Amino acid sequence: MPTAFIPPALRKLTGDNDRITIEAHTVREAIAELEHKYPGIGARLTADGAIKPGLAVAVDGNVSSQGMLQKLQPDSELHFLPAIGGG
Amino acid sequence: MAKKRVVTTTINDRQVEFLCQPRQTLLESLRDVLNMTGTKEGCTNGNCGACTVLMDGRPVDSCLVLAVEAEGAHLETIEGVAPSDGLDPIQTAFLENAALQCGICTPGFIMATKSLLASNPHPTEDEIRFYLAGNLCRCTGYDKIVRAVLDVAESREEVSA
Amino acid sequence: MATVGKTQGQEPSTNGQYKVIGTRPIRHDGVDKVTGRARYGGDTRLAGMLPGAMLRSPHAHAKLISVDTSKAEALPGVRAVVTSADLPDATDKIANLGEGSVNLKHLSDNVLAHDRVLYRGHAIAAVAADDIHIAEEAVGLIEVEYELLPPVMNVLDAMKADAPLLHDDIKTNDLGETADQLSNIATHIRFEKGDIEAGFAAADVIVEREFHTATVHQGYIEPHNATALWNADGHITIWMSTQGTFTARQQTAELLDVPVSRVKVVPMEIGGGFGGKISVYLPPVAAILSKKTGRPVQLLMSRTDVFEATGPTSGSTIRVKMGADSKGRITAAEAWMAYEAGAYPGSPVGAGAMCVFACYDVPNGKVDGFDVVVNKPRTNAYRAPGATNAAFATETVVDEICEKLKLDPAEFRINNAAKEGVRRIDGPVFPRVGMIETVEAIRDSEHYQTPLEGKHRGRGFATGFWFNVGLKSTAQATVNSDGTVALIEGSTDIGGSRAGIAMQLAETLGIAAEDVVPTVVDTDSIGYTDVTGGSRVTFATGWAAYLAAKDIQGQLIERAAKIWDCDVAKIDYKDGAVVGPDGKRFTFKEIAAEAQTVGEPVIGRGSADPQEPGGAFGTHLVDVEVDIDTGKVTVLRYTAAQDAGTAIHPAYVEGQIQGGVVQGIGWGLNEEYYYDDKGTMRNSTYLDYRMPTSYDLPMIDTIIVEVPNPGHPYGVRGVGEVPIVPPPAALANAIYNAIGTRMLELPMSPPKLLHEILKQQ
Repeated sequence: MPTAFIPPALRKLTGDNDRITIEAHTVREAIAELEHKYPGIGARLTADGAIKPGLAVAVDGNVSSQGMLQKLQPDSELHFLPAIGGG
Repeated sequence: MAKKRVVTTTINDRQVEFLCQPRQTLLESLRDVLNMTGTKEGCTNGNCGACTVLMDGRPVDSCLVLAVEAEGAHLETIEGVAPSDGLDPIQTAFLENAALQCGICTPGFIMATKSLLASNPHPTEDEIRFYLAGNLCRCTGYDKIVRAVLDVAESREEVSA
Repeated sequence: MATVGKTQGQEPSTNGQYKVIGTRPIRHDGVDKVTGRARYGGDTRLAGMLPGAMLRSPHAHAKLISVDTSKAEALPGVRAVVTSADLPDATDKIANLGEGSVNLKHLSDNVLAHDRVLYRGHAIAAVAADDIHIAEEAVGLIEVEYELLPPVMNVLDAMKADAPLLHDDIKTNDLGETADQLSNIATHIRFEKGDIEAGFAAADVIVEREFHTATVHQGYIEPHNATALWNADGHITIWMSTQGTFTARQQTAELLDVPVSRVKVVPMEIGGGFGGKISVYLPPVAAILSKKTGRPVQLLMSRTDVFEATGPTSGSTIRVKMGADSKGRITAAEAWMAYEAGAYPGSPVGAGAMCVFACYDVPNGKVDGFDVVVNKPRTNAYRAPGATNAAFATETVVDEICEKLKLDPAEFRINNAAKEGVRRIDGPVFPRVGMIETVEAIRDSEHYQTPLEGKHRGRGFATGFWFNVGLKSTAQATVNSDGTVALIEGSTDIGGSRAGIAMQLAETLGIAAEDVVPTVVDTDSIGYTDVTGGSRVTFATGWAAYLAAKDIQGQLIERAAKIWDCDVAKIDYKDGAVVGPDGKRFTFKEIAAEAQTVGEPVIGRGSADPQEPGGAFGTHLVDVEVDIDTGKVTVLRYTAAQDAGTAIHPAYVEGQIQGGVVQGIGWGLNEEYYYDDKGTMRNSTYLDYRMPTSYDLPMIDTIIVEVPNPGHPYGVRGVGEVPIVPPPAALANAIYNAIGTRMLELPMSPPKLLHEILKQQ
């Protein structure tokens, strides 16, 4: 089952847990599941149904351009990171 | 605004007449009056060499030359470097050594190189670096530019040998 | 045919595996560039074109009480004057630009100031006139009333509780949680891994240092430019030098509040960017001047404007603390990083925080990053944005740890290296990466093996990391009847990339690179393509070209099936030929000629959004000599090893490495924005903003290591950005090795170094 890694700033919402096992198949489902378990966390990660600007979702180490639609494999890791730009 | 002057000069072996205000630079006249945009503007105060042209054989920053100073002078610009059939060996060497990336500094470097090799056909690496220090490049780190110049010098040696 | 000659440095190992990839053809746009025929943005000439000039704030921080343009408008020869009043009101909307996002209100305010100016050089108004001299005179006639405010010029001052505030709507954002009080700190980022206290408790040696880096600029030789025509039918065309036609189009459309379909951006050749030509400054202004005058308008920045009013990269204050056990294994690492955002939020502190310890396997880590506004121009990307500052700090601390434990710098890095399976402090696990290979390449190099002799000479070692991005690209390829292919793509060519993209298409089709004619086209002529930046073009646009080639293969197989009257399943595309049953064969040239007469035209389409760019590592070694009487540092020898995945065109990979290294050398030894106490940059010319010249440098030796990226059909890893990351650190370590002076501030310019030398004596 996929694992969602919780950024330090959000761990006070998850009872200090830094990783949560989830059943979701997409990033959207994962965030919904996290919100269900830890109300309020969704609003920290999303706005208007999309990942918040300035935030990026990395699945299995790769920043995904699919955002909420990105699929998760059974052993996927889901990370929320600052969006970075190159030069 | 002062009346425009007529400047008569030779550019790339052709006699040219153009009108300019006394306050206009040679760079401005080349690019905006004569539509010869091969000479580039990088800094407008003589620090980058992108505007290098040869004036009576000397490399000058055309942004620091008033257009009226070109009266009666013999100018050479990048547009005149290639012969009618093909490229000058300096141009070929720059291509073969990948001595350009964005290419904006390249016309200035080619003119400076032309002048260098005219006065010193077989420069050392140190002499090349010193002579070209007035031309800034931000893309290449100069390595391949220096190699290109060494390459031209070397092949001239072979030709004359 | 002529090819690019080989240089010193190891020849990459792909020779033999590919026919075109790994060779060095002459770039397709080369002749135009060496003859002066190539047209860059500032070379744009349109009938009736008017030049324009900008009014910029002389003050670093002030309220705009009034702006009176009447005298300027009255000057004979002036055609139009615009201010922020002529731009639509921008909302607080965040626009997704593909690579990063931007707050449109901030962008609009940066383009033309509304009610306050936040840095010297901040644009206030623009004039279009019959000639540039009249326009400049008119700018001088615009009367502005300012109420001066105290400027704040560095992060530490800006973070103080009583600091003057730049904005009345910035409160510190901590991953969605906003603080109550106004602040100059826009964002706080934190990463944590393991147990930091236990980690330091387990250390036998701990080093903790504080570093300061100055604001530096990308330094591209070509100033910003834009030529705009707002046509009578409402269509707007912009001719400009840009790193991203589509992002320029989107930003311009958003700021002018018109649909993107009404804006077309035509890419002229570009004279350098390095990240600094992604944000737009001039196009919206040129466009409204064009609307008002009914003529095309051209705006060109001066070099002073480029320094004072475009986007340099962050100055910063960074504290790094690292602990290691007596065996030389890192037990803990901690960083506190404050980066200047300039006038509006958006520094690369996030990337800096992710890169700071990325070269190492750190079991216990903590990173705090702060994005801080100051009265300087709004920062923009500069080649691996954020990473160079961080590497300067970390690699210096690592050097000290190695010294204390008497460990060889290469062995220390190999023993603690980031590699496949290592988890970064920010969370993700590394896939297959090439850090160890680059360290070994330096360790085994002739440079490393050759002892350095001479007084006040020293050697420095440093490693760096950068992510590289993927993003989206499109390509289209038309097969010509003579067996050549016209390749259309949208990645503006900053460094010769159109050749590398053409080569990947050629490799896939089994034809020569010279038989591909690549062209970079405008936003109406090709599908969406993200920026030329992030080390992504050879990777992602190359991928789109590969897909277009595969599409062509498929079509040619179908065409052959028609001609041979056999089943498609019996036909294969191999080694540049279509191969069928019973020895039937068409070379690409032959089938191309046939395809002209039999059936519809053959066009290949490629649309790519690749997800696995792979990270890139670089390891550098430098020898320096220090003049202890003047503080001047001479670079004697430099070797850079980098993992390129697969080097498509080795000469251009070498060139990217060499160029990045030299920018890093400038950053390390001389470049800085020097401000007085009024917030005026005193060195905004190339004379005093001292970038390296050819006389300051030796040859830059490169070693291309190839650990193919499993996430790309040809194994490509981006190469453009990593080279700028290690140099300042490598130089600092070399200076210490030479004279025992540990520099904690950039640049390590002669006055600063001499000061430290004298202190030591």
